[in-house]
Amino acid sequence: MLRILRAAIVVVAALAATAAGAKDVAIGLQAAITSMDPHYHNLSPNNSLLQHVFEALILRDPQGKLMPGLATSWRPIDNLTWEFKLRQNVKFHDGSPFTADDVVFTLKRVPNVPNSPSSFATFTKPIVDIKVIDPYTIQFKTAEPHVLLPSDMASVAIVSKKNGEGATTADYNSGKAAIGTGPYEFVEYVPNSRIVLKANPGYWGGKQPWDTVTFKILSNSAARVAALLSGDVQMIETVPTSDIANLSHDKRFHLASTVTNRVIYVHLNQSTEGPPPFVTAKDGSALQKNPFRDSRVRKALSIAINRDAIDQRIMEGMAVPASQMLPDGFPGTSKNLKPPKYDPDAARKLLAEAGYPNGFALTIFGPNNRYINDAKIAQAIAQFYSRIGVDAKVETMPSSVYFTKATKLEFGYMLLGWGTESMEQGSGLRSLLATHDPAHGMGVNNRGRYSNPEFDKVLTEALETMDDAKRYAMIAHAAEIVFNDTGLIPIHYEKSTWGTAAGYHYAARADQYTLAMDLKPSR
Amino acid sequence: MVAYALRRLGQSFLVLVAMSLLVFVGVYAIGNPVELLVNPQADAIERARATAALGLDKPLAEQFLVFLRGALHADLGHSFVYNVPAIQLVLQRLPATLELAFCATVLAIALGIPLGLVAGLRPKSLVGRTIMAGSILGFSLPTFWVGLVLIMVFSVELGWLPPNGRGETVLLFGVPVSFLTVDGLKHLAMPALNLALFKLALLIRLTRAGAREALLQDYVRFARAKGLSASRVIGVHVLKNILIPIVTVIGLELGSVIAFAIVTESIFAWPGTGKLLIDSINQLDRPVIVAYLMVIVLIFVVINFAVDVLYSLLDPRVRLGGATAGAH
Repeated sequence: MLRILRAAIVVVAALAATAAGAKDVAIGLQAAITSMDPHYHNLSPNNSLLQHVFEALILRDPQGKLMPGLATSWRPIDNLTWEFKLRQNVKFHDGSPFTADDVVFTLKRVPNVPNSPSSFATFTKPIVDIKVIDPYTIQFKTAEPHVLLPSDMASVAIVSKKNGEGATTADYNSGKAAIGTGPYEFVEYVPNSRIVLKANPGYWGGKQPWDTVTFKILSNSAARVAALLSGDVQMIETVPTSDIANLSHDKRFHLASTVTNRVIYVHLNQSTEGPPPFVTAKDGSALQKNPFRDSRVRKALSIAINRDAIDQRIMEGMAVPASQMLPDGFPGTSKNLKPPKYDPDAARKLLAEAGYPNGFALTIFGPNNRYINDAKIAQAIAQFYSRIGVDAKVETMPSSVYFTKATKLEFGYMLLGWGTESMEQGSGLRSLLATHDPAHGMGVNNRGRYSNPEFDKVLTEALETMDDAKRYAMIAHAAEIVFNDTGLIPIHYEKSTWGTAAGYHYAARADQYTLAMDLKPSR
Repeated sequence: MVAYALRRLGQSFLVLVAMSLLVFVGVYAIGNPVELLVNPQADAIERARATAALGLDKPLAEQFLVFLRGALHADLGHSFVYNVPAIQLVLQRLPATLELAFCATVLAIALGIPLGLVAGLRPKSLVGRTIMAGSILGFSLPTFWVGLVLIMVFSVELGWLPPNGRGETVLLFGVPVSFLTVDGLKHLAMPALNLALFKLALLIRLTRAGAREALLQDYVRFARAKGLSASRVIGVHVLKNILIPIVTVIGLELGSVIAFAIVTESIFAWPGTGKLLIDSINQLDRPVIVAYLMVIVLIFVVINFAVDVLYSLLDPRVRLGGATAGAH
């Protein structure tokens, strides 16, 4: 009896929800949105949310491919000049027209946002001069050939000159200046609690399926799932792996998942001639030299990891074994690279050849609140290493502690992750594997200090090639050099999962963004 | 009384300075906020710019002096993450936490003292035993688990109460409160109950123990022998005499409820200061951590002061202010 009653209540509640709020939708987000100023904080959750209100010249489809946004077309005129044709008849939310002046204003504002903890100037810095040909044609001059300019422009949201002049970050947060061209208009921003948007009736891209969209910040994953189960929200992002099995068997809900641009990998500290921190002989005595400088040791430590087991047991299928920085099919990836095959016997042999027949001891360091199941992955790797005679201890810590120490190279073996925002392999290779030379923007995040002159040469040449097809072929070649040499140990690509109530369909995005534009009613 | 208040004030000021110094050194020892704030794809120039923009390029001692100078002008600095005055961020969220804490405390008092009295007066009865067994559950069940069970039962299964967030608010003396609207009460019910549960169990046990002890005292027997009514014996002779330890505990617990409502706030996505503190610690947002702790220290000072005053009202033998007491 009780069960029937309960079922009846659920049905009635569901009907009431569909009847009353057919055009309104609520979405549960994991991470807080720190500002409504699109140029204040270069942070994925902010960039994702602000795409509803502000648009860039170039947009990305769910697979990360560039597509026309406020610009209809773009092309390089010569090695140092790019020309963008702007979309005509686009209006900001206040009715004022969008022209090249707004683009100029935006690019001037980006490097000058006070107190910005992470600026968008990275994307606008290569531009040394802007030329407005007519209100709908604009040219960007760069000092050096800059092939990633279109990809950079996909990260810079265009604001209105009329409303943005003299506006501070606080004016954007209050909504006064939060006036863009996007499919949704600003209604309310309550930091760390909720953001409310309403449809922009004059949107150039056509009518949106939702009248209002409410984003709720539900950082606790159990609370987020409960909100979906109770019908308080119709979609949540980042479904915790432990709830995926339950939700996928429940007819009232849908899961949408896709492999993302984030790779989980290991950097091996090769900065020193002698042994790196926390790497010793098994009896605790110091090693003669740095074992990680030997390609055979790096390869042994890579093939000793059973990636399939990690992905099935720990990640519950929510990861794909990795062979490089981005999954197959993304620009600049190589088809010839396959995830290293699990082979403990070969690993032991390689260690013996390198002069460590009895292995050695190391400590695996990793964060415990940054990546999906990060601490568990570190523990699994340690167990695999015990099978090849390497004694591995595990030490994980909150990311607030971890990343500062990792950057100071206080660890020997570091578990890390990297999301490639440009969606092509070149930028990741450049930042993580090129020889460390931050003054020239090379190897900025190369915490392993891996250095390979042959690879550097091929990569540098590739990054200066303007022709897309040729450049990506060269980047793929560079990737083959560096991953056959095990410059770093790729573990897996994370999958992201969104949960929706039945009747809603989400087109899962490789950049992990949660966009109301990609959420559709399934009927 | 005035001298007493002044001395209290001076002590609290020293506590505030010492506490902010601790936070400065602590955050400095944990890590570099720029590592977490700056986009990983940024280059070295961008990192240097962000470090300078947040004032983190100066030596620690100088950073602390800059902070002290600002604090004297009532400026506790801007949040690294949100770029708004840190104190504003805390004060915006304080009403939500205070409301939750007060509702939980009122709930705990309103249920705890009567239930504790019943259990103390009839320790052997079925009712008394049930209350005591229930209080053990209140003590031993972890808050986060109870919170999730409440959500599963009342939101997911029954659909009676919303699972998260704060409801509609109205202004009361300029402060947004939600307990005056139906929607607000619906949102408030589960988090308040969840937060109250532990205090409730504590008050039941305290009241019961106090009542049992008082009932054996001579003055209670004497009052009974005098033929006073049962309600007067319990209400005046028993209750008033066991109230001092209870008031102390309520005062202490109120402070800790405000400061540590974090678990409940994060499970119910309650937009209060506890959640803000956790997020700020994870992001090493030092100005917010300092501002939050300053406010909490202040609240503790005020509550302790209020408890002292209450003592003197409840027990005429207690006098405030030590040496100056003779003047009264």
